[in-house]
Amino acid sequence: MNVFRTILILACAFLAVFGEATLAAPRQWLGAQVDLLPALMIYTALNAGLPTIALLAVLGGIWFDALSANPLGVSILPLAVIGWPVYLRRDLILRDLPFAQFVLGAVASAAAPALTMLLLLSGGKELLLGWGTLWQWIVMIAVGAVATPFIFSLMDACNRALGYQERVEPGFRLDREIQRSRRKL
Amino acid sequence: MFKQKNYLALGAVVLVAIILLSLPSRATARLKLAVGSWFLPLFGLAGAAQQLPADLADSILPRRELLKQIDYLRRENQQLRSQSVQSVAIARENDQLRALFNWQRQSPWRLKLANVVMRDPANWWRTVQIDLGSRDGVQTNLPVITDAGLVGRVSSVSTTHSQVVLVGDPNCRVSALVEDAARDMGVLIAGGTLDTSLVELTYLASSANLKSGQTVITSGLGGVFPKGIPIGQIVDSRSVEYGLYTDARVKLNANLGSLEQVWVLFP
Repeated sequence: MNVFRTILILACAFLAVFGEATLAAPRQWLGAQVDLLPALMIYTALNAGLPTIALLAVLGGIWFDALSANPLGVSILPLAVIGWPVYLRRDLILRDLPFAQFVLGAVASAAAPALTMLLLLSGGKELLLGWGTLWQWIVMIAVGAVATPFIFSLMDACNRALGYQERVEPGFRLDREIQRSRRKL
Repeated sequence: MFKQKNYLALGAVVLVAIILLSLPSRATARLKLAVGSWFLPLFGLAGAAQQLPADLADSILPRRELLKQIDYLRRENQQLRSQSVQSVAIARENDQLRALFNWQRQSPWRLKLANVVMRDPANWWRTVQIDLGSRDGVQTNLPVITDAGLVGRVSSVSTTHSQVVLVGDPNCRVSALVEDAARDMGVLIAGGTLDTSLVELTYLASSANLKSGQTVITSGLGGVFPKGIPIGQIVDSRSVEYGLYTDARVKLNANLGSLEQVWVLFP
């Protein structure tokens, strides 16, 4: 497993949560704060292993909840629920296609806040909900969908620039060369 | 498809979530504050980065502009001094009258300035964090205001930071009264999800004669907010529950969408 990729993903999650807590611009311009953790989870589920998915779900969820009024740990399960099915089916997903990344990002960005709100309401919490919540949800879906291909490009570029390069096996192998002649060389 | 290691990893994540969610609230609060402190270096960097343009602008301000500002501040200082003298006389008179009627003396509130360092990343809460903590004497439920009006109350405190739940959050209900002839009282609850400047004033008397523009202040009931802090102004009102009581929309004086500095009130 490429440890650098895990560190990079967790560092991005940390910065994403910090940015969500400090940048007021999305809330002022769009009326909603965007969440990039679901999009990052899609990248992780398609490109990293199970330990990284588990780490992102746990640490990303804890970081988000620590800076929010959410009960600690409530954001862990939605992130895990997004990551696992994608990880299990990742061989069937055309992960290099930006459209596939866009759709997965949209679905993840829709599911994460919905599941978190469901958990909070199940726990008897009173949330700030109304018709405006629908708009905020749409904004989160749209921004998450658009951000996912960018996250893929950014993370791949960082990985190429800073991480270990995978050893490429040469196509030519002497022992598999087809002998065209009966004569021994 | 679903191998044993998948089960183990998923089980571990679920277990961590369940353990965290079932922790006692005090332990959760401590853990949250400990994890939140990991972000402190970044908050420091962000604060310095925000301060840099202001410092640069200050350093290139022309001398004429500075002299103009000094002149304006001197005049304002003189005005405030004369007002201070008047208020001292009024306070003395107030004390004498209180002594005459044997009324309990009100202790004055102290103010401490705090910077807003972050906002709640979730859309379903309305909270901010300020850079004053228990080392500065901050406790839970202290009122937080700006020069425009009420902002909210302190909901949790760490050593260096505190969380403030803002007016309009479901966890911040304020007993308020309308400054009209009848002094109608109600409870301030959450308002719109998109517009942070509007909140709902509910449980007003059905006979309340509310007009747009009337001032709403804290009533002092409930023991958290002292009486008389300006909250906002009535926008409109409507009768609800077949005339059982009246609801009104209140436009907040404080701009909660762009809070930078707030005052914490100490008793």
